[in-house]
Amino acid sequence: MGAFGGREVRERRWTGLDKLESRNRAPRSLLVALVLASVTLITLDVSGDGASPLEPARRVVGEAFGPAEAGVAAAVRPFTAVPTWFRSKGDLADQVRDLEASNAELKGQVELAGFERNRLEQYDGLTTAAEDLGSALVPARVVALGSRQSQSFTVTIDAGSEAGVGPDMTVVNNDGLVGRVLRVTRTTATVLLVIDPDSTVGGRVGSSMEIGFVTGSGSLDQKSGLDLRLVDDASVPARDDTVVTWGSTTGPYAPGVPIGTITEVYSSLREASQRAVVKPFVDFSALDVVGVMVPSGSRSDRAVIEADGSLR
Amino acid sequence: MSYLRWGVALAAVVVALVVQVTLFPHVAWHGIVPNLCLLVVVAAALTVEAPFALVLGFAAGLTLDLAPPADHVAGRWALALTIAAFVAARVRQDQKPTALAVVGTVAAASFVATSLFALSGVLLQDPAMSVAGLLEVVLVAVAWDVLLTPFVLPPLMKLFARLSPQWAST
Repeated sequence: MGAFGGREVRERRWTGLDKLESRNRAPRSLLVALVLASVTLITLDVSGDGASPLEPARRVVGEAFGPAEAGVAAAVRPFTAVPTWFRSKGDLADQVRDLEASNAELKGQVELAGFERNRLEQYDGLTTAAEDLGSALVPARVVALGSRQSQSFTVTIDAGSEAGVGPDMTVVNNDGLVGRVLRVTRTTATVLLVIDPDSTVGGRVGSSMEIGFVTGSGSLDQKSGLDLRLVDDASVPARDDTVVTWGSTTGPYAPGVPIGTITEVYSSLREASQRAVVKPFVDFSALDVVGVMVPSGSRSDRAVIEADGSLR
Repeated sequence: MSYLRWGVALAAVVVALVVQVTLFPHVAWHGIVPNLCLLVVVAAALTVEAPFALVLGFAAGLTLDLAPPADHVAGRWALALTIAAFVAARVRQDQKPTALAVVGTVAAASFVATSLFALSGVLLQDPAMSVAGLLEVVLVAVAWDVLLTPFVLPPLMKLFARLSPQWAST
């Protein structure tokens, strides 16, 4: 009897397993096909260096997702702003104290930097001022952020080709350089932040006019910031010096946009070069309103801030 | 029924992706957000037949690869989520999975998908990242996904089960 019962149990298990097997039939061929499809896509995207064959697909998907992202971002914005209403008097007093301190510090810097500034202005006046004044800002808001699982530091902004935005334009906010536009759809644009490990910006040290390259460190942490490598190995960048973009009017980054301040300087004996850590002015974990630098007088679907501060 | 199921599944992926890139960055930990698309794929893999889940994983990954803020080499998330769907479909039990089994499956799939994505990045040198940084990203991503499982998985699994009655019976 006991043996019979045991058999019954076993049989039930067998049928169960059988069912499991049939339901869970591993579609090896399908798996292989899909994996091969993924690998093909990767190969296509990697090999098509300048103009990837997937760019049109990205564009189409972007056209579809852009308005949805902008809409949802606008819908959640009132709710994400709620914590800022509940700030205590202590917080506000702290903020006032911090602002006063930084204001005093900045005043001191301005007074000390008079000489450098004059010189810088002369150089700027000679080379870039004319073009520099000729740019306007298209205001935009950040609507979507790439996750860090995806390992790239990119955001979507709600201004696209209809607003006069195009690839390789410089994106700034009121603190400094944010990044550059990678690709646009009609209503949105994808921006590569300067903290992305793939991003390289031509930088110039404010006081010595030395040029170098600023690369992203791949961290949202403002302290770990950006890496500066100077072209001239002999020159040592000074701490607390400001780094601005070196750029050109034809290249991706407009000249003279502040990037950050130098916080640490390392000398590498082996490579005989200087490496400096630059703390960006922009807080990338709290990006919201940004401006895209467009040529002055370009057509746009919204009010454009001209170089003299007027709205158009 | 099949078309309806596809429509619902793809709609779920679209909603998950939009919420993932717009809402969750506000609560992200060091920029790491829960991977809602992965949760949709795991829900499908736990409820409906494996081929559907595999193709859905590929489609969801492709959407993640191409939708706006993304700039990495396309196909990397597609590969990662296809394998994750395969893993989740293998883990599935014959009877209705227990809560613990669901959480375990999500953790396993999340670990596999995020690690595969990171490894493909290392192989392609898409962005050169340190191994310590990658490990942190993978672990926090798994924690996020497990945290959101009780809120996202049960309704999705119920939905998929209702849309495919042939599998819904025990």
